[in-house]
Amino acid sequence: MSELLIYILSTLGAIFAMLAAIGILRMPDAFLRISVTTKAATLGVGLLLGAAALYFNDFSVSTRVQAIIIFIILTAPVGAHLIGRTSYFLGNKMWKNSVIDDLEGKYDKKNHKLLSEDVAEKNSREKKEEEKK
Amino acid sequence: MNLHDYLYYIILPILSLSSLVVFIRFLIGPGIVDRVVALDLVITIGIGIIAIYSIINDKPTFLDIATILALIAFLGTVAFAFYLEKRNKKDE
Repeated sequence: MSELLIYILSTLGAIFAMLAAIGILRMPDAFLRISVTTKAATLGVGLLLGAAALYFNDFSVSTRVQAIIIFIILTAPVGAHLIGRTSYFLGNKMWKNSVIDDLEGKYDKKNHKLLSEDVAEKNSREKKEEEKK
Repeated sequence: MNLHDYLYYIILPILSLSSLVVFIRFLIGPGIVDRVVALDLVITIGIGIIAIYSIINDKPTFLDIATILALIAFLGTVAFAFYLEKRNKKDE
């Protein structure tokens, strides 16, 4: 019974890791690649570690595995957010079919501060008026 | 085919092929951000390989190394993001 579960978990984990690898090769844009790495790879590695915990069936091993899984689940979104923010500042282009860029004009380009929506609108309006003059 | 053979001949090749595919993205990736993400993904898949390898060899000690690899992957991503952002930033 537990052997069957190990078969299922390891197969699913390998499939998800493979999907993450294909995704990072095929996706057209840095932001979409980041999204693939965080979701599919986290699930795949969690399933593989779960297979290891089931196989050893030991208290010390399963606590260790739980610590690794929780650590990965906590840190993957944080790292993805940081690297995505950096990618936005470095001026990476979005995919040509992307629909909306919610952050456009809201970041101060010099000191990287996030402006509120009203201030950003006001700035763009002032810029337009200056161009008219 | 028992569990050992299944892991050794099917699961491990799939995982190593996927890390190879990610390494291609690491080599060709147009921006530096793509390379950082690819490095992160290689280490994450490496954790999975270590988990399967510890089952095959029946040695749970290998999982300690997986913990440390997870730590290093996170620290590396955060450090790269921090310094890449700092490179173009001008303080007032």
